[in-house]
Amino acid sequence: MNAKRKKLIYNSVTFGIVILAYVLCSSLYGSMSRSLRGQLIPICCWIVMAVSLNLVVGISGELSLGHAGFMSLGAFSGIVVSGWMLNGFQMENEILRLVIAMAAGGLVAGIFGVLIGIPVLRLRGDYLAIVTLAFGEIIRNVMNCVYASVEGKRLVLGFLNPSLPGKLLLNGPNGAVSVGKIATFGAGFILILVTLTVVLNLINSRTGRAIMATRDNRIAAESVGINVTKYKMIAFVTAAVLAGMAGALYGLNYSTLIPGKFKFDQSINVLVFVVLGGIGNTLGSVISATVLTMLPELLREFSDYRMLVYALLLIAMMLITNTPASRAVLNNVKGMFRRRNLHQTVQATQGTGKEKGGRQP
Amino acid sequence: MSETIRRRNADTKMVPVPSRSIIPERDLGKMPVLECQHLGIDFGGLTAVEDFNLVVGKTEIAGLIGPNGAGKTTVFNLLTKVYEPTRGSVMINGIDMHGMDTVAASRHGIARTFQNIRLFSNMSVEDNVRIGLHNQVRYGMPSGILRLPAYWKKEREQHEKAMELLSIFGMQDMGDMQAGSLPYGAQRRLEIVRALATNPSLLLLDEPAAGMNPHETQELMDNIIKIRDQFQIAVMLIEHDMNLVMGICEGICVLNYGKIIAKGTAEEIQRNPIVVEAYLGKQKDVGEKEGTEA
Repeated sequence: MNAKRKKLIYNSVTFGIVILAYVLCSSLYGSMSRSLRGQLIPICCWIVMAVSLNLVVGISGELSLGHAGFMSLGAFSGIVVSGWMLNGFQMENEILRLVIAMAAGGLVAGIFGVLIGIPVLRLRGDYLAIVTLAFGEIIRNVMNCVYASVEGKRLVLGFLNPSLPGKLLLNGPNGAVSVGKIATFGAGFILILVTLTVVLNLINSRTGRAIMATRDNRIAAESVGINVTKYKMIAFVTAAVLAGMAGALYGLNYSTLIPGKFKFDQSINVLVFVVLGGIGNTLGSVISATVLTMLPELLREFSDYRMLVYALLLIAMMLITNTPASRAVLNNVKGMFRRRNLHQTVQATQGTGKEKGGRQP
Repeated sequence: MSETIRRRNADTKMVPVPSRSIIPERDLGKMPVLECQHLGIDFGGLTAVEDFNLVVGKTEIAGLIGPNGAGKTTVFNLLTKVYEPTRGSVMINGIDMHGMDTVAASRHGIARTFQNIRLFSNMSVEDNVRIGLHNQVRYGMPSGILRLPAYWKKEREQHEKAMELLSIFGMQDMGDMQAGSLPYGAQRRLEIVRALATNPSLLLLDEPAAGMNPHETQELMDNIIKIRDQFQIAVMLIEHDMNLVMGICEGICVLNYGKIIAKGTAEEIQRNPIVVEAYLGKQKDVGEKEGTEA
């Protein structure tokens, strides 16, 4: 019961924070700066990306470096479907179009998730990471060659063939042009709620336990009759679908979008959100995605030095946490605090603390 | 050794099937759980197991013993389909296991524990058992995500079953503890509970008493018998603790260099000169234990 209550509290806190943040943002919407206002929808998208990648990295324990690829697939299929609905069927209702576009984005990303998952999930560890990275890049390069247009009610797709009839929606390396900006903050908020519901409920169910079992001990999981590949696949495809939906929302937030936007470093970015928030920690992903998306905007004046500081910070982090010398220094510092406390208590009780507060380890 | 076990041993008679069978009398009319015929596996040029013939009865407790490196764990891995045998066949409940994988072996009723404990150590004790119940209490992913009535019903069923299974070893109060934080003996017991949760007809225990003190071993012996009686399953165990093997195993199979060198009841194995020479004779301390046993 205790463990159950803990889970319940964790889930309620996660949902509570998201809902509170939404209420705050929408009530302060009028007084926000323009740039911050523009950040709201991308933040929603990156939160969904981080939470869904956490399902793969944290819960199923496989390092995937191609998550931006699924976002890209979702974004462009969402844009194409939205344009098709508008131009082919004169669907003026923006909310309906957004919902259809997001569903299409999720579907396409999910299908590719299955296709990519079949070969990829046979691998383990580093090899899986390398191959997902490659697939992310393959998706970007393929998107560079895809053209789409609407002629009447028909959707025409072309590969390496820009001369399509009708109104062009997707123009190869130039990406999507004249996209209708129909994404709304409310839709982003709902998408986050859906993502959190799916991920948190999945974790606390039979399926989620099976996924975590394959992560913790593959051999033992097989020995109790869990099909490891199937459950890794479920996690991978679920994450792909959510990433695709986030991608569709992201794509429909801009008036133009090029495939080059979803490069390898975006995948790494999402991974940074996950790692910073704590692997396997959903609430952590939400918070770190928010903070790390907003920070560059807030520190715009320092943007020239941003990457410099970022690199230095990463190097410093690695040195401090990994070299024995710096660890010793850290321990010493910790020890000094501890000893000082001891020193004070001893002094208070005996009045002879001065000799005892020395540098003996 | 408790009195009940001693009596049980005295009651168990050898069945006069000289070739391969060591089934106790009560299982004679029933189909054997496990039937291995000429089982063998090569790793490159090395023959790890050769011509392994064994029949395990429906409610038999069988022991597999032998010196280190004799191929005992390899036999377990062959039975659970971690390895595909090079030669021979394995039948579980009359079904040929050719071409099955580990998951299928589990579904056909083979459950096992591991020599080096393999728990889901970051998860709670209850969740470990629930994972064992994976194929027993089922509901789909949509019911899980949407929290449909099936989810609540089956989760409750899982919880009740898990608690019931844990209570075999008196572990029902440890449900919320992290599996990795349990003491060693409790981890071994939890592994047995998890294996039992898969509803097996044959339970393979790989050194269940390793690292246990004599008192815990005694408890384990009682529990293995209790499990067999309660679930009506066969148990096959690898063990170096001769007190345990001679105390509860109705049929014992001795393996050396991948080959069976003797089969029979505890008394027969203890008297068998080949076994004494190959195994017990070399290890004086085990031989002494032998002496006190007999």
